[in-house]
Amino acid sequence: MDSQARITAEIAEAHAATPPGGAQPRIDFLPYRSSALRHPTKDLRHADPEGIELVAPVFGHSDVDPVEADLTIQHGGEPIGERMLLTGRVLDGDGRPVRHQLVEIWQANAGGRYIHKRDQHPAPIDPSFTGVGRCLTDGDGVYRFTTIKPGPYPWRNHLNAWRPAHIHFSLFGTEFTQRLVTQMYFPGDPLFALDPIYQSITDQAARDRLVATYDHDLTTHEWATGYRWDIVLTGTHATPLERDDHE
Amino acid sequence: MSETLAPTPGQTIGPFFHDALPYDGGAFLVPAGTAGAVRLHGTVYDGSGAPVPDALLEVRQADPSGAAPRAEGSLRRDGRFTGWGRAATDASGRYAFTTVEPAGVDGGAAFFSVVVLARGLLDRLFTRAYLPGQSDAFLAGLPAAEAQTLRVVREDDGSLRFDVHLQGDRETVFLRYPRHER
Ligand SMILES: [Fe+2]
Repeated sequence: MDSQARITAEIAEAHAATPPGGAQPRIDFLPYRSSALRHPTKDLRHADPEGIELVAPVFGHSDVDPVEADLTIQHGGEPIGERMLLTGRVLDGDGRPVRHQLVEIWQANAGGRYIHKRDQHPAPIDPSFTGVGRCLTDGDGVYRFTTIKPGPYPWRNHLNAWRPAHIHFSLFGTEFTQRLVTQMYFPGDPLFALDPIYQSITDQAARDRLVATYDHDLTTHEWATGYRWDIVLTGTHATPLERDDHE
Repeated sequence: MSETLAPTPGQTIGPFFHDALPYDGGAFLVPAGTAGAVRLHGTVYDGSGAPVPDALLEVRQADPSGAAPRAEGSLRRDGRFTGWGRAATDASGRYAFTTVEPAGVDGGAAFFSVVVLARGLLDRLFTRAYLPGQSDAFLAGLPAAEAQTLRVVREDDGSLRFDVHLQGDRETVFLRYPRHER
C-alpha cells in the first residue's frame, strides 16, 4: 500500500496541474485509487436538455414519513454520541428555493462505523442507530435532520487512510439535470488535507462549500449542537416565462 | 433579477449507500405483469471490462403517451406511475428495471434519461438510453461508434438491454448540460 506521504504528494501534483476555479471534483483524480478504472476518459458531450430531462421526479408526503428526519428515534434506544441538529436550504443555481423536494442522507455512527454489511472497520455497531434519514424540504427549501455526529473512519485507499467525518447527501431539483449526490463535512477537520476524495475538488473555495457551519443559535440548551449547511444545485434551463414562480 | 450562485460540488456515492438509497420496489416503475411491462436491464463495466458491483442507476422517463409524469409516490408507489426508478447493481454488475416503454416528449425521440453513480466515480454521470429505432439531431451528430453506446438493444426475449461502460474502447457517451459549468 502507498503511504500517506505519497498520496499527499500526488494530491499536490494534481492540484498544481489543474487550472484554478473548477467548481466540481476532477473525476480523473488518481490519488483516489478506486477512480482509476471508473471515470470516463472522453470529455462529457454537450447536450441541450429536452423533454423528460427537464422534469425532476416529484416526491410528497406519501413518500416520506416525518419521523424519518430524526435518526435518533428510529430504533427504540438512544444512540451513542453527540446529538446534533442539521439544517439548511436547498437552492437552485439562480438562488430560488427548491420546495417540497426529497433529501436523503446516510452516515457512519459516532464511532465511524456504518451499518452496511461490507463495513469491516472494527468499531462498535450501535443497535440504536442505522444512520439513514429522509425528509422533504419545506416551502422555503429548508431541510431539517436530527442525528448523531459521525466519526471519522479508516479505509483502504492507502496505508493509514482516514476519511474526515462526513454525511452523505442525495438531492433533486426541479429538473432531472440538477441531480446531486455529495458529502457534507464538519468545520476544521484535521483530515481534510489528507483525504483524496475531498481534495478531488481542486479549488479551495469549492471545497469550502462542502463544509457545514457550527451555529450556536441552532444549538439547543441541554439537548443538541447545531450545524447549518446550504446546498446549491446547478441552474435550471427553463426560461423565466416557463417558471411557475417568478421572483 | 436572480443571481447565479456557485454550485455545491458533487462527491462519490461511496461504498455504503445500499442501506439508504435502494428501497423495496425502487426498480419496479410498474408492477411485474402489467400490460406492456418490459425489463430494462444491463451491466455496468469499468475500464478493464470488469463488472461494477457497487453502482447505482436511476432512470427518468415519460409514459407511453409521451407525458412527463409529475405524480408523487416513487418511494411508496401504490400503483402510481411516476416515471422514475432506482436500482443498485448486483455482485455481477447487473441492474434491472421493470417499466413500460416511453414515448418521446413533445415530438422528440424516445429515451430514458439515466444517472449513473458508483464507488470510485467522483461525480454523477448523465446519459441517455434511446429506444430501438429512435434518433434525433443529438444522436445523429455523434460518430457512429459513440452513438451506438446510447442505443438500447432489443433482446430475443423482448427485454431491453442497456450496458454502461464507464471507461474504455466502448466508453458510454456521458452528457454535460449547459448549466453544468465545470
Ligand atoms: Fe462515507
